[in-house]
Amino acid sequence: MAKYTLKVNQQTVEVEAMPDTPLLWVLRDKLTLTGTKYGCGKALCGACTVHLDGTPMRSCSVPISAVGEQTITTIEGVGEKELHPVQKAWILEDVPQCGFCQSGQIMSAIALLEENKNPTDADIDAAMAGNICRCGTYVRIRRAIKRAAKNELS
Amino acid sequence: MKDKSTPKIYKVSRRDFLRKSAIGAGGLMLGIQLSCEQKPKFLTGDPNAVFTPNVYISISGTGEVTLVAHRSEMGTGIRTSLPLIMADEMEADWDQVKIVQAVNDVKYGDQNTDGSYSVRMFYPQLRKAGATVRLMLEKAAAREWDVPVSECKAQNHTVVHTSGEVFGYGYLAEKIGDMPIPDESEIQLKAHEDFKYITKKTSIYDLEDIVTGKAGFGLDTQVPGTKVAVVQRNPEAGAGIKSFKMEAAKQVPGVQKVFKVEAPGFPTGFEKPLGGIVVVADDTWAALKGREALEIEWDKGTNAGYDSVAYLDELQDKTSRNGKIKREQGNIKGALSGAAKVIEADFKVPHFSHSPMETPCAVAHFKADGSCEVWAPVQDPQWTGRAVAGVLGIEEEKVTVNVTLLGGAFGRKSKPEFAVEAAVISKETGSPIKLLWTREDDIQSSFYHFLCAQHMKVGIDENNKVSAWLHRSIFPSIGGSADPNAKEASNFELCMGMLDMPFEVANVCCESNEAPTQIRIGWLRSVGNINHAFAVGSMLDQVAEAREMDPIDNALDMIGADRDIDFDNLVEGFWNYNEKVEDFPWSTVRFKNVIQTVKDKSGWGKEMPAGKGMGFAAHRSFLTYVACVVEVEVDDNNNIKIPMVHFAVDCGVPVNPERIKAQFEGGAAFGASLALKSEITVKDGAVQQNNFHDYLVARITDAPYETAVHIIDSQENPTGVGEPPVPPFIPALCNAIYQATGQRITKLPVRLS
Repeated sequence: MAKYTLKVNQQTVEVEAMPDTPLLWVLRDKLTLTGTKYGCGKALCGACTVHLDGTPMRSCSVPISAVGEQTITTIEGVGEKELHPVQKAWILEDVPQCGFCQSGQIMSAIALLEENKNPTDADIDAAMAGNICRCGTYVRIRRAIKRAAKNELS
Repeated sequence: MKDKSTPKIYKVSRRDFLRKSAIGAGGLMLGIQLSCEQKPKFLTGDPNAVFTPNVYISISGTGEVTLVAHRSEMGTGIRTSLPLIMADEMEADWDQVKIVQAVNDVKYGDQNTDGSYSVRMFYPQLRKAGATVRLMLEKAAAREWDVPVSECKAQNHTVVHTSGEVFGYGYLAEKIGDMPIPDESEIQLKAHEDFKYITKKTSIYDLEDIVTGKAGFGLDTQVPGTKVAVVQRNPEAGAGIKSFKMEAAKQVPGVQKVFKVEAPGFPTGFEKPLGGIVVVADDTWAALKGREALEIEWDKGTNAGYDSVAYLDELQDKTSRNGKIKREQGNIKGALSGAAKVIEADFKVPHFSHSPMETPCAVAHFKADGSCEVWAPVQDPQWTGRAVAGVLGIEEEKVTVNVTLLGGAFGRKSKPEFAVEAAVISKETGSPIKLLWTREDDIQSSFYHFLCAQHMKVGIDENNKVSAWLHRSIFPSIGGSADPNAKEASNFELCMGMLDMPFEVANVCCESNEAPTQIRIGWLRSVGNINHAFAVGSMLDQVAEAREMDPIDNALDMIGADRDIDFDNLVEGFWNYNEKVEDFPWSTVRFKNVIQTVKDKSGWGKEMPAGKGMGFAAHRSFLTYVACVVEVEVDDNNNIKIPMVHFAVDCGVPVNPERIKAQFEGGAAFGASLALKSEITVKDGAVQQNNFHDYLVARITDAPYETAVHIIDSQENPTGVGEPPVPPFIPALCNAIYQATGQRITKLPVRLS
């Protein structure tokens, strides 16, 4: 076991964990940040997507020892005061069905729009292909990303 | 009228306060003004007063309406759509409705969220429940005002008198006292045109919680003192353990306990855990590392030799011979030999796994007093309760099943064995247990969709009419997962798209045959309809080609005259999704109507450039009529894109059209997975796929780019929408691929050469 100081959602927290513990399980088991989901454990499905210094990462495949000084943002951290435009777009497009993968989808979409204010379909495909939705909300995910990009949020 | 000057203390409910304060101080003032004399009485005296006229509905003295969602939310929107039926009939304001999820309790009636029948089964009685409450509130207001009830009308959380005076629901809830439940003859359901939520758009209740990460799924449940468990199970379902070493596992920091749970043998049933070696630890990572360190020598069971690819070939071979006749009209042999043209084809469908994004999981606490509490994403909390009680050997009343949100299910989570597994482990360890199934566990130990081999032979006579229809379908039955004597498909499985064949053909023969179950088989979104609609829908395209007809014209011609098909006389033991044929007839009129609608809306018949194609199929399942047109693009590397899908659907009264559309969009994506991506193969009794790198599912790049859903404005009894999108989508897609490439698809998943 080792001690780690993490910057999560603009707070500094201390946790004790085995160095190879995936960030996902630190967030879920030790910090009760359960908005980040387990889907595959192999970076294949995107349900566990969080941001490390703004970059989308699959937290199931990032060991806690590799996080270092990087700031961690989870779904709980993106719309704390006011809903993030992407979250608003998700609501306006009624994207979720079961909702389980949506934290990861939203984290990937936010990262995409921070890099690229006006993504094409191909850009959306490239950014979102790592996030599986078994309910098949893809049509609306695409629509919501475009809506957020255009800032049509009312 | 009574003297209304009696002073009353009116409190602003928290919810009212939030709503009013949200629009500023002026709004709050309005709230206060409303509580003054001669003004509407929205706000009431006793917040503890609760009017609970039935098990689903209660109204508090503060005006909050609490509606019970008694069926499981797995993404269909049922947790919203059933309550809104009640809210509509009782004239509740949706913004003042709170939804609570029911635990397992027979008082709610059927809680088995399966088979796309939630709305169908509960629409009439929830309307009645809501309408009863509406009448009682009107009566309470009439009594308060001392006026005839006919002068009082419930309207948006209030009852309004013809004079213009108004009482709020909270006020009336307190006043209603011990008013008897009105006789059923007094209850008046709303007219279709008076609906305020039914047939209108309502967003799901949990929408904001989902997009902010607050929604609670199975493993999000927090119970103090919980340990995490994972289980290493024999890759051959039901087989046991020869020997195991646990020393290394126990040395992993955080691992608390390692022990064996006996395997049930095969068939396993749906309730018993698979057994295996359990690792219990302080947290998930310790449990997983502990499991990794186990050394296990597995026993071989009765299915150690199961090879699904060889088995499918064997079943396909069997379809070339006569089977057991399940439906017969006319003289198939004579009609085929006398036909001007005969076309035939074989169809193969492999095993599939549901693999919802949330793997099976549960939290269970077997308590010192001998009771057990479970928190789990289960489709059927009552069955879960019974199964937990049975396996633990306690009374059913001692098991409480709290249903969390389900992170997808598609039929997987109707089998309660994973929740039972958590309860067994909790009993053994004495602590609350959070049981995780990894994705590998999910893919390797599911209840798979049955593989299926089919053979079809269709005769066309000299007048270019279809004169003969032979269909053989052989697959292992779901029943074989529990009953060793269930060695062939049962009628309910064959009535999903095979025996309920609706075409007007004089000579028909439908056959099946024995096919023992050698792995856990379970129902997966639309079940037998997947296989049968694929074969029938694909065959129809071949028939159209042979008849040199447009595929839609061919289908309409084959359906024939307007009629309700008399299936009770055509098929012995006909299964109509557990409904009487007279209550939910098989209507060719409704079937043809969805076909005509999809033809009109999809631009059917337009010129398609090279490499592009448009395909059609239609299918009735779960009593819902669906027609589908799919457009595809296939490039030189055989990459398949689906730019556009059209569905026309007649599901009776479209209760929540927005969610119906969502189900069809999602159903197309699910169908794209089954048709293009997914395949489970079994070798030496073990599933060969592990995770999403080898069990492929549709991603945003594979799923349809756009899906249009044309809902028929119907006033028939509402029917299912969760499963019906899947069956016709697959053959429509395959027919489109044929048009684009010239390659006939007779085997799933599609592999172009």
